[in-house]
Formats: sequence, structure tokens, C-alpha cells
Amino acid sequence: MTPDLNSRPRLAVGCRLNEKNQPSRVLHMPEKALRVSGPSLEIIERCDGERTVQQIVSELQRLYSKAEPKKVEADILEYLVRLHDQRALDFISGESSQSAETR
Amino acid sequence: MTSAAPTPLGLIAELTHRCPLHCVYCSNPLELGRRAGELSTEQWARVFREAAQAGVLQADFTGGEPLARPDAVDLVRAARASGLYVSLITSGLPLDEARLDELVQAGIDHIQLSFQGATEDAASEFSGTKSHSQKLLVLDWLKRRRVALTLNFVIHRANLHQLPEMLAMAETSGVGRIEFANVQYYGWAFANREHLLPTREQLDRSVEFLKQAQERLRGKMQVEFVVPDYYAKYPKACMGGWGKKMILITPNGDVLPCHAARIIPGLQFENVKDRSLREIWETSAAFQKFRGVEWMPDLCKSCDRRERDFGGCRCQAMLLTGDAAATDPVCSLAPQRSIVDAVLASVNASEGNSQVRPNWLYRPNPA
Repeated sequence: MTPDLNSRPRLAVGCRLNEKNQPSRVLHMPEKALRVSGPSLEIIERCDGERTVQQIVSELQRLYSKAEPKKVEADILEYLVRLHDQRALDFISGESSQSAETR
Repeated sequence: MTSAAPTPLGLIAELTHRCPLHCVYCSNPLELGRRAGELSTEQWARVFREAAQAGVLQADFTGGEPLARPDAVDLVRAARASGLYVSLITSGLPLDEARLDELVQAGIDHIQLSFQGATEDAASEFSGTKSHSQKLLVLDWLKRRRVALTLNFVIHRANLHQLPEMLAMAETSGVGRIEFANVQYYGWAFANREHLLPTREQLDRSVEFLKQAQERLRGKMQVEFVVPDYYAKYPKACMGGWGKKMILITPNGDVLPCHAARIIPGLQFENVKDRSLREIWETSAAFQKFRGVEWMPDLCKSCDRRERDFGGCRCQAMLLTGDAAATDPVCSLAPQRSIVDAVLASVNASEGNSQVRPNWLYRPNPA
């Protein structure tokens, strides 16, 4: 699958990042925990059900401005699909969202 | 030489051995812990704090039936307050909607609801309790709440033919994860092994079916399954390695490297009432005994897979060979593999799905 750029990814129920004050950041999932850092953490922190995929891509392209923008986009999409296949992420349809309309 | 202790990641909290079910494959030890010796609410809360401080990320509340403890909601709250991710592994039987709401409000992260079959008759036979219809009711309550849910089906020779119905149950309910856990042979399951171990043909058919289900449901529902060790080519990395990732606390506070470790003669288990969890994890003789690779027989020590499966399961080696330090005999390279092959030969010589109800040994409820 390819995620719709206007959809808004959100961590699935049962999946959450641990608290910020911990020595290392972890994405908790049922029966599993992934240590996350760098770009993967930047992506997951933005999967808040508010930002669209497009917004996340734009923000990370700015954050990693030395990287090739197309490469950043492709990596993000691939990572989002992987999280989705692990049932860690839901894509909320962009069309029903008011915040997506008012952009 | 002993190995330095790694950071523990998971805590298995056996809150109690009391249980309304009497499953013929229960992973609890044959000698069950008594209610009178169980840790208090405050003692468990301290264990959760110490576990989180030692690096533990996730806690599994199990039993017995963890909800047999009247303070289960308080314990969820205490574990969450310590920073742990909390899963509840339950039969669902002690639940009503009000208590479920309390658990959700207390911050339960994930609930694993167990099923013993796809039909009332089958489930009653294997659990020794009429429980299936109540579980379906609980499933319905869970679906209407915002909590992660895994359905867990324990599968074996006598219910493998119900696999399609089990999967259909999960698909209909729209649950995110389903686990098909083939029985492994310890505790009560070891005692009932001849009635539980599937035939090769049954197993191959089920694996084929489940692989197709995984493919078809990718992104919709996670389908997990575990094959019985006896049919594997290499042993499982039991507990992710002895004393490497997991800590198990029994109802009375003894600290074990795994569910079954009590069967290994000569191991002394320390108790959270006497020392801190970190000290026990790092220095207790029981955790050091099979940590790392030093203890291994030469076959394992020189094997490329020594850091992948850690020589397999110590308790299985004990049960099948009488030597806890032997290579797990389910390994195809093990000198004592013939023990497992003999068991499989006898199982495969008989029909997979007998019409005669076996003479099950049921797990009782502890005093």
C-alpha cells in the first residue's frame, strides 16, 4: 500500500511512546517494544492524528535539509507502511478532517 | 566465570495461581502457590518500581487468573505509575463491565483474552469449566472500549480442526491481533502430553492455513503462531535467553528466570521480600547458572546458533533428559534428539483426532 498524503497517521490503540524523561525512547506495542531514535522518533512523535502525511514529510524535509527531499519522503512512506503492517499505526482519512480542510 | 547481567526488559507477574479454569495444559507448576503466601498490593507496587528502575519496559499480568486478585485495578495503576507498559492476560471470567471500565481508566495498555476452543463443548472439555459463552460476552464489551486486544487461542491435537472457526471469530470481532499458541510441554501439559501433541500432518496443515491467513490479513490483523518445540528443527530462544531479558515473579515473590525453572534441582530462588529485584537479577545464583554461554555443553558452545537460541530451553532439557545443562533435545543436532523422535513416532502412529475423550489430568485450584 501507499499511504494517502492527506491522511493523518495516528498510533494505534495499545501503541504509545514512553515518557520523554526516560533515558531512551521506546515505542510500546502489544508484546513488543521498539527502541526509537533519530528520524524514526521524529516521525512517530508526529503521528498524532492531527498532522497529515504530507505535513510530516514537509517537516522532516526541513529538519533533514541536507538530505535529498525525495529520499526523505520515500523513507518516511516506507516507515509508515511498516508501522501500519505491524498494526502500530492507523491512517485517518484526510477528507473527513476539518483541520485538513483549513490548511 | 560468570557473565555480566544484561538489562532486563520484561516482567512476568504471576499475581496469583488461583483460577476459575482448570486447563489441561496450564503452564503453572504442578505445585501451585497458595493464596496465603501471595504478595500484598504494596509489595507488588514496590516490585514494579524496582523493575522499571532496573530497565524493565513491559509487565505482563498473568496467573492463574490475575483478576482473581481483588486489587488488580490498583496493581495496574501502580505499574503504570512506575512507567511500565501493562498487559493483562486473562480468561475474562472475573470481569463485568464496571470492572473493565476501571481497568481501562487505570491505564491498562493491552488485554489478551484467552480462548480454549471455537465452541462451548470443546472449551469446556479443555478448561474443565463452562466458560466459553461468558468469554464471548467479555469480547463484546472489549470491542466497545478503546483498549488494545489480542485473542489467544491455545491449540493442540484435540482442537486444531477448529482453526478456521477460531480465525473467523477473530475476524468477525475486528480484533487487531490473534495468537495461536501451540501447547508447549511443561507442567500440566507435560502430564497430558500424549493427548495434546498434534500429528505431523495436522501441524503441517495448520501451518499452511495460518501462513495464508497472515498474508491475507496483513495490515488488518496480526496473526501470530508458535509451533510446538518438538516439531522444530532448532530449539526456541527460551525467554530470549536465560537471565537475559525476562524476569518472572511468582505469587509469593520468588524471582525466577522462567515459568518452569522450579523443576530444576539445586536452584535456589530468592524472594523480593528479602532483596531488591536488581540485586537478585544481577547476582543470584539461579540467574547466573545458565546465563551467557559458559555453562553450555561443547556442542552448543561451538555452534553458530549459540547466541540465537542459547542452547534452547533448560527446563525442557531437564524434563526430557534429566540434565538441565544438556542441549535442548528438540534440537536436531542434539545427541539426545532420539528421545523427542520416539515421542513423535508414538504420536504419529495414532489417529490425530480420536473420538474417544481422553482421561485428562485437570489443574486444580490452589488453597
